[in-house]
Amino acid sequence: MSEPDLTAEAGRQFAVCNACRFCEGFCAVFGAVELRTAIGAGDVAYLANLCHDCRMCYDACMFVPPHAFAVNVPALLADARVQTYERYSRPSLFAHMFRSPGRAAALLTLAAIVAIASAVSASDGAQALWTPIHGPGAFYRLIPYLAMVIPALVLGVFAVAVLAGAARTYARDVRSSSEDRFASWPSIRTALREALTLVYLKGGGEGCYDVRRGSPWRRTFHGFVFWGVVADLGSTISAAIAQDVLGVLPPYPLWSIPVVLGTLGGIGIAVGAAGLLVLKSLSDDKPTSSRMLAMDYAFLALLEAVALSGLALLAFRSTAAMGALLAVHLGVLAGLFITAPYGKFVHFIYRSIALVKNASEQRRLRDGAPG
Amino acid sequence: MLLASAAEPAPRADDVDVAVCGGGNAALCAAIAARRAGASVLLLERAPAAMRGGNTRHTRDIRFAHDGPNAAATGAYPEAEFLDDLLRVTGGETNRALADLTIRESASLTDWMSEQGVRWQRALKGTLHLSSTNGFFLGGGKNLVNTYYDTAERLGVRVAYDASVVGLARRGGGVDAVAYERAGERHEVRCGAVVVAAGGFEADVDWLREYWGDTAAHFRIRGTPYNTGRALRAMYDMGARPIGDPRGLHCVAVDARAPAFDGGIVTRIDAIPFGIAVNADALRFYDEGEDLWPKRYAVWGKLVAAQRDATAYAIFDSQAAGGFIPSLFRPLQAATIEELAAAVHLDGAALARTVAEYNAAVEPGTFRAGVLDDCRTAGLVPPKSHWARRIELPPYFAYPLKPGVTFTYLGVEVDAEARVIDGDGRPFDNLFAAGECMAGNILSRGYLAGFGLTIGSVFGRIAGASAAARVRA
Repeated sequence: MSEPDLTAEAGRQFAVCNACRFCEGFCAVFGAVELRTAIGAGDVAYLANLCHDCRMCYDACMFVPPHAFAVNVPALLADARVQTYERYSRPSLFAHMFRSPGRAAALLTLAAIVAIASAVSASDGAQALWTPIHGPGAFYRLIPYLAMVIPALVLGVFAVAVLAGAARTYARDVRSSSEDRFASWPSIRTALREALTLVYLKGGGEGCYDVRRGSPWRRTFHGFVFWGVVADLGSTISAAIAQDVLGVLPPYPLWSIPVVLGTLGGIGIAVGAAGLLVLKSLSDDKPTSSRMLAMDYAFLALLEAVALSGLALLAFRSTAAMGALLAVHLGVLAGLFITAPYGKFVHFIYRSIALVKNASEQRRLRDGAPG
Repeated sequence: MLLASAAEPAPRADDVDVAVCGGGNAALCAAIAARRAGASVLLLERAPAAMRGGNTRHTRDIRFAHDGPNAAATGAYPEAEFLDDLLRVTGGETNRALADLTIRESASLTDWMSEQGVRWQRALKGTLHLSSTNGFFLGGGKNLVNTYYDTAERLGVRVAYDASVVGLARRGGGVDAVAYERAGERHEVRCGAVVVAAGGFEADVDWLREYWGDTAAHFRIRGTPYNTGRALRAMYDMGARPIGDPRGLHCVAVDARAPAFDGGIVTRIDAIPFGIAVNADALRFYDEGEDLWPKRYAVWGKLVAAQRDATAYAIFDSQAAGGFIPSLFRPLQAATIEELAAAVHLDGAALARTVAEYNAAVEPGTFRAGVLDDCRTAGLVPPKSHWARRIELPPYFAYPLKPGVTFTYLGVEVDAEARVIDGDGRPFDNLFAAGECMAGNILSRGYLAGFGLTIGSVFGRIAGASAAARVRA
């Protein structure tokens, strides 16, 4: 659906919601809808990302198809989120990755693995991939430190720059004329609490509508992935400190902070992403959009591959398979980094901003201030 | 085999202890209660699965007595106050024994509902006046129904969708089989007891026409198209004694653009006290500001039904716009009253005259929505007693109105065990009724928000338990 069509359709469906209001208890979206008598493109971009996709409103709505009113808010907002993701990730040339997320992830990852393996083979001979290497700095003897860090830094900085630009533009577009700034500390605190507890995947206490209604699994598995990523970030940071401050080169012992955090994180991501993949494959797909689903599958598959290849590398790091596993793990990581600004990964940026805006909107409403 | 079938038909796979006809709140409460009491239960829902749940789909709160705040409500609602409310709206026309029973039993509903998995939320904005008397279930009636279906199926209740009950087989002083149609085929299920909880008959426009004549063609049916009263008729065919005014309807003013069926709550027009209402002759016909809207909105369906072509229009100006919950459809809009009249096919001069007379009669006052303010007309017939402000700020707006039927009051008489009473005043052995098709025993007329669900839940539980006990006996 084109953007004007989607905006008009959102206006049509939310006119039903605004006259009904039964879904108020599920999440923040419907309270926000009630504040809007007319729905513009900025409203759609805001509401779409305020939605956490618990889908209870679809299950509870008496006006979903086959009813003639044909209300399907989660599907509508999923389509709108796809548009948000595409619009704000620059440069738009790369944003083509959104169009076929599975193919982009697979091809880029494969290319990265081949590139790394070829580079190792070219410098050390192909047998280097199949030779056990032991002791401190074992990884760097295979792939020099700078060859690992510089591409990671470049990709990381690039991704952060794209996301920062996207966040800036998105925040500007969803800002309404009556508010100069919606980011105050109290609003940010509220939004942070809501984001970290994933309160809007609770469906007002009932859970999500996925494999069944009132399911706790979506929120649970999402928690596994999120805290897994946090643990892995902790692992990376502690490894950097160990290496660059304390001067101890990897691989680190099993009971070191980087390895423990990395292992826990890897297991968290592996379990969470696998769980979400299974949930998605078993869920009713009427309250979502096929494009959003394709993005979900691509991102989750990459996360799963990163976690499993990382855990395999840990398990077999002192065997002959270490070289090949390192190449695969770094290749998958590269694939994840390259596609990150152009895939489902970006969702947390827009959700966070929408949560802050909502917190500020609700505060103004409570305080009785105009707005 | 031959011998067995001659004397007593051999049991078949679809024979059950209790057959429940219907698929909304009362039917589900009955099915769950009967199953929990140990009976095997088959629920026959006329609608397809996607449309299951009868008019319960359009509900959102239930009224119950409670001594203080609980999981579902903010204040106390003593049984005596509940009874007062019921006597007030019915003018005292109620079966007192059944009314007392309903109110007494309502006190345990929130706990019982929570046990079946129902969740509660704080009162919805705009309905706060109900927050101390009524409990709002999370997500509204379809979510309630979904929860009950999940629970019923988990307990082992069998559910047949698209199963339209067409007859009850009488045997002695009771019933021994239910006939239903599914995909054009007739089936018969033998059973030890039957609970009929299949709503009223408001979706059968021809049946309404028997009492309402051609006006029935103008009705918009707000609820499910599946409430055609077939099971109610089957009870009458068996000799059940009717109760309630056949013309009795709960009927509100809805947007004329509402679909013929199932428009639910979103087509209701709440603009009337904010302006004036005129009929097809562009004349006012009733006090738009008679009382607080929550107490008065339910009279407007019949008021509209009484006008020529059962048609009316809510007229208001820009000053009033935005003061009420919007409906699904945008109002028609024009820069002048004459143009507005043209947009809704009214006589321009007549509407201008009505508005001018009204405006001239408006007394000065301080407008306060939500309370009985002092904005009224003087010397106007009919008067507008509150919220009367001049209609003078363009653009002007109009909603076309039609009567929107929520439910019918006609039903069958029952006793305190929910047994249906026959023409001689004796209860049938094993035929029970719950919900809209017997609510007329208690709510003969008038309306209390959330009370239909109270009756349905209380008598659903009683009917289910009584039916199970009858089978076990």
